[in-house]
Amino acid sequence: MKLPLRLKERLASFKGGVHPPEGKSLTEHKEIETYTPKPGGEFIFPLSQNIGAPCSPVVNKGDRVLVGQKIADSEAFVSAPIFSSVSGTVKEIGARMTLAGSVDPCIVIEDDGLYEQAPALFDVKQKPSVNDYIKIIHDAGIVGMGGACFPTHVKLSPPKDKVINWIILNGAECEPYLNCDNRLMIEEPEAIIEGLALVLKIFPKAKGIITIENNKPEAIKNLNAKLAEKKVKNITVVPHKVKYPQGAEKMIIWSVTKQEIPVVPALPADVGCIILNTRTVYQIYLALTKGLPVTERVISVTGDAIANPRNLRVPLGISVKELINACGGFNYNGYEPVKILGGGPMMGISMRDINVPVVKGTSGILALSKFTAHLDEESNCLRCGRCIEACPMRLDPEVLDKLVRRREYKEFEEHMGMNCIECGCCSFICPASRHLTQSCRDGKAAVMAARRKAQQASQSSKPESQAAKK
Amino acid sequence: MNNNKLFVASSPHVHSPFTTRRIMAYVIGALAPAGLAGVFFLGFRSLIVIIACILACVLSEYIWQKLMRQTSTVKDLSAVVTGLLLAYNLPPSIPIWMAVCGSVFAIIIVKQFYGGIGCNIVNPALAARAMMLISWPIAMTTWTISGVSGATPLFYMKDGIINSPEFPSVFNMFIGNMRGCIGETSALLIILGGVFLIYKGIISWRIPVIYIVTAAILGALFQHGGGFHPIYELLSGGLLLGAFFMATDYTTSPMQAQGQYIFAFGCGLLTALIRTWGGYPEGVSFSILIMNITVPLIDQYTKRRALGEVKEASRLNKLLRKLNRRKGKEAAK
Repeated sequence: MKLPLRLKERLASFKGGVHPPEGKSLTEHKEIETYTPKPGGEFIFPLSQNIGAPCSPVVNKGDRVLVGQKIADSEAFVSAPIFSSVSGTVKEIGARMTLAGSVDPCIVIEDDGLYEQAPALFDVKQKPSVNDYIKIIHDAGIVGMGGACFPTHVKLSPPKDKVINWIILNGAECEPYLNCDNRLMIEEPEAIIEGLALVLKIFPKAKGIITIENNKPEAIKNLNAKLAEKKVKNITVVPHKVKYPQGAEKMIIWSVTKQEIPVVPALPADVGCIILNTRTVYQIYLALTKGLPVTERVISVTGDAIANPRNLRVPLGISVKELINACGGFNYNGYEPVKILGGGPMMGISMRDINVPVVKGTSGILALSKFTAHLDEESNCLRCGRCIEACPMRLDPEVLDKLVRRREYKEFEEHMGMNCIECGCCSFICPASRHLTQSCRDGKAAVMAARRKAQQASQSSKPESQAAKK
Repeated sequence: MNNNKLFVASSPHVHSPFTTRRIMAYVIGALAPAGLAGVFFLGFRSLIVIIACILACVLSEYIWQKLMRQTSTVKDLSAVVTGLLLAYNLPPSIPIWMAVCGSVFAIIIVKQFYGGIGCNIVNPALAARAMMLISWPIAMTTWTISGVSGATPLFYMKDGIINSPEFPSVFNMFIGNMRGCIGETSALLIILGGVFLIYKGIISWRIPVIYIVTAAILGALFQHGGGFHPIYELLSGGLLLGAFFMATDYTTSPMQAQGQYIFAFGCGLLTALIRTWGGYPEGVSFSILIMNITVPLIDQYTKRRALGEVKEASRLNKLLRKLNRRKGKEAAK
């Protein structure tokens, strides 16, 4: 298998996109530090931490749990179990506020500070066979840790008729400010390469590709050095142009293979690709070699409103407030935070309150002051066309915005609005600060709601029509 | 926790530094040198006309929005740009009250009646100029240079007498030492301003380059001025000013690249036609105005294919996709 020629000649990229201020320098050269929480703290585990079916608790109030013990699971295929990240007692199973600001069912565990480890997922002394890999990945609760939280075992089980040619490790980390994947690649290149090699064992015909934005020379160097040292033949590091959203699934596929994913319901597997986030691959490595489930992750706590930005390795379920305090709290003298985000500034969720837990998909905590956060009010569209040039999906955000505001959802679908990946490029670039991305989100939600309604209606009307035929 | 308010909003949470106000400020900066050349070559009165137009535009926008109880958009500087462009399209000897009437017409009737910035269907400055040309034909076509009146190069070209000793040399035409409107004479400084805007990413090269090339070549082919004179075609009249600063007006030009090609070609064709066979010696403002009103139609027919969209492909698209597929197959090997 040969790569397209252009990849060798120049940096791979896609059409459109924007260049947001990077802000990576705040934590770029800070090593990952392990944060040990004070004992006695509360750890909160929302029951819905992945796309698909939410879990139901498998522990009861008052039970003692260990680090890495399964506390919630689901029978559904598109779902992943949840594990305790500390040892302690289950204090409560009830509603708590989560990062998105909604109040959801959660398991609350009181930490006893002992960190008693639960037994590994399988007997580590025996190497698991390749056939068991996907089951172990499911049992370890691995989801897409870049933020989308799609269960990884589902991704790794494409339909039988699809040929997988590429396993792409997404190390682009195109979101400004965040450095958790970058640091992981710098500090543990071996684990990441090992993890990718393990995934390649599931798909022996595929080729492994690591995509990294070109602003991470250290990560590229370390990975290349490790690849050369271990003489791995089927993995290539492909540096990409620094441009947002270089890390979006469809952009990566376009940059690497020059293929377009046909339409919305189609998956990367349809064009022979599987894309995994850096942390996800790292987690696969931990699960398959050490039998460890997902109990911790690396988080960049950063932003110009944080006194002392750091990259932290934290147990899941820890409160955001505690992490911010661990980084010296907020800045004062003019740089007070006006927005606190879970994730990066382009696609992150702004928080109502900071007493919320870190979950599997939280890649960063970002506190922005009024100087960096966007607070301008909307004004009239100038028709300047910047959104059209910026849209990586080649949509027409200005038209979609108008259609959604007029509630013309049928036309919204005709203009391919459902293809929007909500990357935020259009809103970022709009000189009039129009909420284009938000409009597309609203439009997509409205169309999905209408589809569900139509589906329910057709299901409930079916028996009647059959009865009428009789 | 801190006592500050936290804002909750839909992502993205950061924004590009380019705002409407900043874009307008860049346009004003790019326009300024050409205006200075006008003042230098055509006389001090030009400056009074420029100031009168800007003040009239800004004030009429402010007062209108106050009366209509709308939020004032004076701060976005778009009214300043309209005033500046209108002044650049007037002869230096124009009575001030006429210039003020034109400004009020541009802002209130052409811009605010349609909903303010971003909603007008034609370029306000050009529409005002067209109105003034029809209302006060003599005042609008009296050209002076340092107080001496005479005809513009386009008048000579219309009559096919470019060998007249009154006809300016190419060098004078290039630096702006000739009769004409305040802002349109200095080709050098207009091009500099336009290139600055293209470099800064405020406008794209598509409309100005295609417009200028089409108008110059077609005008020369139509034997405008009694022979093949693409350079005169290019340097005379408002072609450069129109191509760089008027036809590129965001609101009244197509948004998609393909549409911009059609729009610019249309402008060029109409300019050459009007200059050669029309009733007026100059055709830039009318051709841009006519193309302005075709923009909604152009926008509708130039929708590009979204990434991954499968639609009834044109022959060209089919070919391109075939090539892409071949690339993909090679890649898969």
